[in-house]
Amino acid sequence: MSFHIAFLLLSVSLIVPSPSAQDEVADSVAVSDSALVVAAPPTSVIASEHEYDDGEALDLSWVPSIDDQLVGGLVIAYRVYRSTNGGELEMIEELIPGANQFTSGELSSDSSYSYVVAAVTTSGEFASNATAPLSPETEWLNYEKKWLFLIGLLIAGAVMYFIETARKGKKLFVRKIAGLEAIDDAVGRATEMGRSILFIPGIQDMDDVQTLAGLTILGRIAGTIAEYDTKLFMPVSRSLVMTAARETIKASFQTAGRPDKYSDDMVSYVTDEQFGYVAHVDGIMVREKPATVFLLGAFFAESLILAETGNSIGAIQIAGTARPAQLPFFIAACDFTLIGEELFAASAYLSNEPRALGSLKGQDVGKALAMIVIVIGVLAATIASAWQVESMQSIVDTLNSVFSTN
Amino acid sequence: MRRQIPLFITFFVGTLLILSVFIPPMETLGEDFTLFFDIIAVFAFFLGGGNLVRVHITKLIKRKPDWGFSVVTLVGFAFVLIVGLFKIGNPGDIASSVTAEGSWFQESFNYILNPLQSTMYALLAFFVASASYRAFRAKNREATILLVAAFVILLGRTPFGMALTSWIPESLSIFQIPNLAIWIMNSPNLAGQRAIMIGIGLGVVSMSLRLILGIERTYLGDDRA
Repeated sequence: MSFHIAFLLLSVSLIVPSPSAQDEVADSVAVSDSALVVAAPPTSVIASEHEYDDGEALDLSWVPSIDDQLVGGLVIAYRVYRSTNGGELEMIEELIPGANQFTSGELSSDSSYSYVVAAVTTSGEFASNATAPLSPETEWLNYEKKWLFLIGLLIAGAVMYFIETARKGKKLFVRKIAGLEAIDDAVGRATEMGRSILFIPGIQDMDDVQTLAGLTILGRIAGTIAEYDTKLFMPVSRSLVMTAARETIKASFQTAGRPDKYSDDMVSYVTDEQFGYVAHVDGIMVREKPATVFLLGAFFAESLILAETGNSIGAIQIAGTARPAQLPFFIAACDFTLIGEELFAASAYLSNEPRALGSLKGQDVGKALAMIVIVIGVLAATIASAWQVESMQSIVDTLNSVFSTN
Repeated sequence: MRRQIPLFITFFVGTLLILSVFIPPMETLGEDFTLFFDIIAVFAFFLGGGNLVRVHITKLIKRKPDWGFSVVTLVGFAFVLIVGLFKIGNPGDIASSVTAEGSWFQESFNYILNPLQSTMYALLAFFVASASYRAFRAKNREATILLVAAFVILLGRTPFGMALTSWIPESLSIFQIPNLAIWIMNSPNLAGQRAIMIGIGLGVVSMSLRLILGIERTYLGDDRA
């Protein structure tokens, strides 16, 4: 390492100052050792501010060495060296041939940094000029996300407007959701058959919004279960979900005037392991034969195993998830499926509470916006492609820049 | 107060995390709060493990049906816990990693848990077949369209699909079964998926606002949403 740095400093001091000095070193090296591989250093090395960060990074770009070629190239790597506050150079990264940029992170806005990029050959390193010292700056707003901010503001504003409108008493129409309409019947069926209800909240923890949506629906269902005095069983794969589910069910039973019927045994922790959990739940299904199964939350590969087992025992199954890849499995194996947004709308729908229903209405503004933009985008892209109309292409480009995420 | 403090925390943290998306100095807040969540989850894990042991010991003592499974669960739980905590059977000393190759902990994972998990996962193949059989029955117009689309995709992913339609000229290559399969996946299927994704995105925004504003609080054990 010390040899490399010494060589690098030598390169910087001897090769960099003038082309003649560089030639001199190369010539002298070539005379002393014909096997020495000499390469031109990278040029135009520029350090610049990394956009929209917390003053922790600088961007580095350069023109690769002219000896860095795919066929017969001499450069085997690039090494990036950094000097902090005029101190010694230290190597911070080694990059593959062809590289021409690098983001230097973990910096402080209180220090200044300069960089040297060296082309590495089998014989040594050939360094560029050092960049001028530069300090990273903190930026307080990420203007790159301005469209995301504005669209988010528009949708959130619409949601809040309709919440307020609903609170003032305006009647809002919400379409019927078959899966949610069937909940009472499904609970009633289990009661009549004298069998239990199985509720599966997915396999994710409380930091997943789908689990939260599942638990909010559980709160509504538990109220009905308490009224009907049906047996509820809920195996979970996360400890925090167990705690939250117990609180939710307990509150629902209290609200229904049946606190005595609540038991902590309704919710039990099984395991965090995905297929260990599936084995346990499948076992319960086959042995206990619940009349109704709710699968509401975040599901992965286990979705079909659970739903097919439930189907095989003849249970009424109501499922819902926001994972598009699992929806076809639920649709194939369950009686009712809450598709994507219906899972999040379920609690508001079941509560019939005006403010919650207002929030659903606010979503429609987002949908209308999406539909308008899609129609305009499709028309503009089609016209631009078919008749080479530049103005249409610019509309497409604008929409792309507004709605693309990074 | 029992309800107000959690609601305030939800509002405060939710608002901060939204702001952190747009304000670079706050962008690491998400990771920080994830760390807090992990710390809380560790404590909750004791509750979960304790509950597991309690449920199965009760089942065992009361000789409830299928109590034999509880014995297996308790023995497995105790074995992994003791072997993991005290590093029994580790090739190195106590300072070596519990997951070091050859340790009892790692061997039990490799030769017991892993094969059992793979067995459960393998069941998926049979369930896909039985679910497909039901889903693809041509009971009505929609199911018939689904059946035809599924047939084209299945055929398009096999060499037989190519062999069947390779005679179609290049100018009409879209009608070759593999190309039709690609078109179905990339156009109608993707369009449908994206529509669902847009709905999910809007649903998440609406749900999150209800949580942040305290309109939705069933998950806190409060039924007065």
